[in-house]
Amino acid sequence: MSAHRDGQVPFHEANTEWLRGEGQACDVVLSSRVRLARNLAGFPFMPRASRADRRQILDLCRRRIVEIPSRERIAWVDLHTASTEQRTILVERHLISKQHARGKLNSGQGGPDEPRGVAVAQQSERLAIMINEEDHLRIQSLRSGLALAEALALADEVDDAMESVLDYAFDRRFGYLTACPTNVGTGVRFSVMLHLPGLRLRNELDKVKRAAAAMSLAVRGFYGEGSNAVGDLYQISNQTTLGKSEQLLLHEMQSEIIPQVIEYERASRRMLVTRGGPVIKDRVHRALGVLTHARLLAAEESMDLLSTLRLGIVLGLIEGIPERVANALLLLVQPGHLQRATGRPMDQDHRRGARADLVRAALSPFRS
Amino acid sequence: MLCHCGEREATIHEVIIRAGKKVERHLCEVCAKRAGMDVGTPATPVVAKVTVVQGPTCETCGTSIAEFKHTGLLGCPACYRRFDIQLTPLLERAHEGGTHHVGKGPKRLLAAMATEGSQESRLGDAVERAARLGLLRQQLDDAVQNEQYERAAMIRDEISRAAAGDAARPEQEP
Repeated sequence: MSAHRDGQVPFHEANTEWLRGEGQACDVVLSSRVRLARNLAGFPFMPRASRADRRQILDLCRRRIVEIPSRERIAWVDLHTASTEQRTILVERHLISKQHARGKLNSGQGGPDEPRGVAVAQQSERLAIMINEEDHLRIQSLRSGLALAEALALADEVDDAMESVLDYAFDRRFGYLTACPTNVGTGVRFSVMLHLPGLRLRNELDKVKRAAAAMSLAVRGFYGEGSNAVGDLYQISNQTTLGKSEQLLLHEMQSEIIPQVIEYERASRRMLVTRGGPVIKDRVHRALGVLTHARLLAAEESMDLLSTLRLGIVLGLIEGIPERVANALLLLVQPGHLQRATGRPMDQDHRRGARADLVRAALSPFRS
Repeated sequence: MLCHCGEREATIHEVIIRAGKKVERHLCEVCAKRAGMDVGTPATPVVAKVTVVQGPTCETCGTSIAEFKHTGLLGCPACYRRFDIQLTPLLERAHEGGTHHVGKGPKRLLAAMATEGSQESRLGDAVERAARLGLLRQQLDDAVQNEQYERAAMIRDEISRAAAGDAARPEQEP
């Protein structure tokens, strides 16, 4: 396997795992993600790491990642030298966190030119390894639909390969040591991205949030920590990492908790159709009408309309538009991708125009 | 401002910042002397004294517990053992009562620990394994009580693995 650095972010929508719209329960679950937080022994954690430390950690990890046998090409991006646009695209594709794009810890240390990087499985984008984020290493694996076990298997494989050469900071009592004690132990976060328009329309979301909080789960928006829920997209993830094994956490999420949320959402959608047939039909067709005719679209407005469109497709109320088109548009209407598509920097007003043009063009082949 | 004795004006003001928390004392000269404070020269009747006590500090990286409370982030792996007492209640709150790791470990390191472990670490290991087993048995009881049998079976497997780990290293027991 070879890592390359051509200064461009070479990713294409067609490959992106979480846009496939495939896999178990994909009517509700967009994607599953597993993240392992790891730190190297012999180095301070990020808040205390000097620039020389960071550089050394980056080099050690990069050298190891390049050696890992892999089925596909791994693209390496040095984020401290990448352009703002490249970093934005990686955030929008959920390959790096906003925090990693800024290079700044939530506690305020650092800045955009701190040595840090990301390695991405270029074809499928199923794997993204962030170096020097809040922890030295954050191994992330993504899958379409509800597939946490498969995502864990890949993250585990990469973790073992890294550990066969690098020494991790580990303690028998505390497990894998992380900068923030909320991640210590397994260092694992299972996270599922759910599309919950049914629960939102029936005002049932607060119940889900309360139930999740009671089970020590976090409910976050589209872009994780601190982000709003746009387009009815929510991420549910475990908070507990100490005292429960990876397998037990996986079982709780994959077999106990998430299936309940999925059933709850499906029941809400059925209720919308049986009890409010014309109302929901009207709503999804209005959304389609605006998406196919508007000349200006704001980011959040387009996300909400696409969410309603996706609901209409999944419920069979709108025919002829594949679900993956709605999924892809959720990504393509984001500012970074929009800018890349038009090939020029734009202010907010121009972006609204370009966004409406892009959505109309993408949906026009499917209009009867 | 009156001194806490209620008789004389407070002329000596002391501010101590201990582990991020501010404690103020406003005393008259008599009470200050009684408390063993340096009251300065008579020419400067008002002494503004600010002492910053950082609380425990990690010898390896220099992070103080006050800094950790401010940022929520530790400075290095050694901070975990150094701030054990302060971290334990926080870990219990954050991890549904969990205080000991259960699950995967780095294979190469665990193998090295098993062959090279010193007497101290063996003692520590025995205590920690017992704590971990206790936690797992508690989880097993909860699962059975809630009729979560699939989950109970997984925890039972986890217990056998942990117990087998003990049996596989009898020479390490104290």
